[in-house]
Amino acid sequence: MNPVLSIENVHKSFSTGFIPKKREILKGISFSVAEGEIFGYLGPNGAGKTTTLKSVLGLIFPDEGRIELLGRPHLDPRAKERLGFLPENPYFYDYLTAREFLDFYGQLFGIPKSARDERIARLLKLVGMDRSSGLPLRKFSRGMLQRVGLAQALINDPAFVILDEPLGGLDPLGRKEIRDIILNLRREGKTVLFTSHILQDIEMICDRVAIIVGGRILSQGKLTDLVSEKVLFTEVTVSGVELEELAALGESLTVQADRVLLKVVEEDKVQDILTLVQKNNGRIHSLIPRTQTLEDLFVDMVKPQ
Amino acid sequence: MTVKIVKVIALNTFKEAVRDRILYLLLFFAAVSILFARVLALLTVGDRAKIIKDVGLASISLFGALMAILIGTGLVYKEIEKRTIFTLISKPIRRPEFLLGKFFGLVLTLFVMLLAMSLIFLALVFVHTWTIEWTMLVAILFIFLELVLITAVAVLFSCFSTPILSSLFALSFYLIGHFSWSLETFIKKARPGATKILLQVLYAILPDLENFNLKTEVVHGLPLSAAHLLYSAAYGIVYAAFILALAVLIFRRRDFV
Repeated sequence: MNPVLSIENVHKSFSTGFIPKKREILKGISFSVAEGEIFGYLGPNGAGKTTTLKSVLGLIFPDEGRIELLGRPHLDPRAKERLGFLPENPYFYDYLTAREFLDFYGQLFGIPKSARDERIARLLKLVGMDRSSGLPLRKFSRGMLQRVGLAQALINDPAFVILDEPLGGLDPLGRKEIRDIILNLRREGKTVLFTSHILQDIEMICDRVAIIVGGRILSQGKLTDLVSEKVLFTEVTVSGVELEELAALGESLTVQADRVLLKVVEEDKVQDILTLVQKNNGRIHSLIPRTQTLEDLFVDMVKPQ
Repeated sequence: MTVKIVKVIALNTFKEAVRDRILYLLLFFAAVSILFARVLALLTVGDRAKIIKDVGLASISLFGALMAILIGTGLVYKEIEKRTIFTLISKPIRRPEFLLGKFFGLVLTLFVMLLAMSLIFLALVFVHTWTIEWTMLVAILFIFLELVLITAVAVLFSCFSTPILSSLFALSFYLIGHFSWSLETFIKKARPGATKILLQVLYAILPDLENFNLKTEVVHGLPLSAAHLLYSAAYGIVYAAFILALAVLIFRRRDFV
């Protein structure tokens, strides 16, 4: 199966300042997004995520490298006919109402009037903005703009959707709604590439991820391959047991009243704690085995830079 | 390149421009200025209609140019600065289509504004003379041609410069354009040699916006020469096309950071 997006060895540098000084932002990026998957592109601020997306969309021209979008060279308008894009911090024409705004983009794709009206109504409902469709965008909050922006990205019923920080600026409920929409897109057979700082979001819905740090892809692959399922340590909260007795079994992280939070590395010591609590007639408040998270992996990668 | 996409962007640009308050402010002052001609006429000995026509046409030209410059220089820049261009370029459109759409959108806006100013002007003239001369309509048409050229210049500067700088550039273009004819006199008086060639080159490059100024002919009822009109129209269209081509060239390879 052909990849929906393939990026090969893309370099990009910018010259800034009065006496131009070259700064290399992308130092040879390569990755590909397969059909039907949700691909997470993550990295710290300034790593080059948005620069990569801008190269794909033709907003900037890479110095070197090859980008193929939906089986065509990425600047081909025919490739963009099947593409949807939501920029980070969406800035839109604030003099338009939500409906006019979507209508404008629908016209750019040459969608006939009746189909456009039907689709706009459906999309506004999907993103929960059907009640505000007549308001000018300048009156919208950031979360509302984000939603209208997502509707805009879906106006042409795209095969491939690129979302730059789609969950930024949303409250927890809004985040869940947008996550559900993204998952739904996958069910409809669409491919999604999205960037995020919020690792839980990526962990929750992505099939594969690429991690970019300092303009280089440091790691990519299936989430299950990147993050091991091995238990790193167990966190146990107990009460009714003397702190001195617990000290030998694990590292005490916090002590509140008589509650002690312990970090236990060896698994057989967890059993010892349980026996000790039973003997002292104490109580177990919680017992959480911690596996490696994307965050651990991410922090490990970003730190040495 | 498709006409349809240019049209969609042009209509959206028109919507943007007519929802901008600065346009109405300029229109208001243009109306005040045209009506002020009536006051000036009262103070004049002689043919009052001439003063009304002269000041009226000059007001239309000046305020039309100000509209073209103040709105035109922000059009492309704002799209880049406010990042609205990000979503636009991600759609199946080519960059020249975007630029031409912006240009024609503003031309459409100016056409509507010129219509409004002309209605006020023609009504005032009609009240005084009880006739409308077709030459006045020709004069207004040539003002429109001048505005088209100024719009092209404003869009060109807007591709790479901030609105304030672009406005200054475009305003200079307007002023130089209206005074460059004096170079012609200078060339006639200069002795053959390096100076004369330099002046001739300068005159060829600099715009001559006086080509579009038919005030003298219209006000004093002088005959309009068809050859001059044809030359001026061709001059305006070719110059505007050249400026737009330059703008497209700059815009095509630009990075939007």
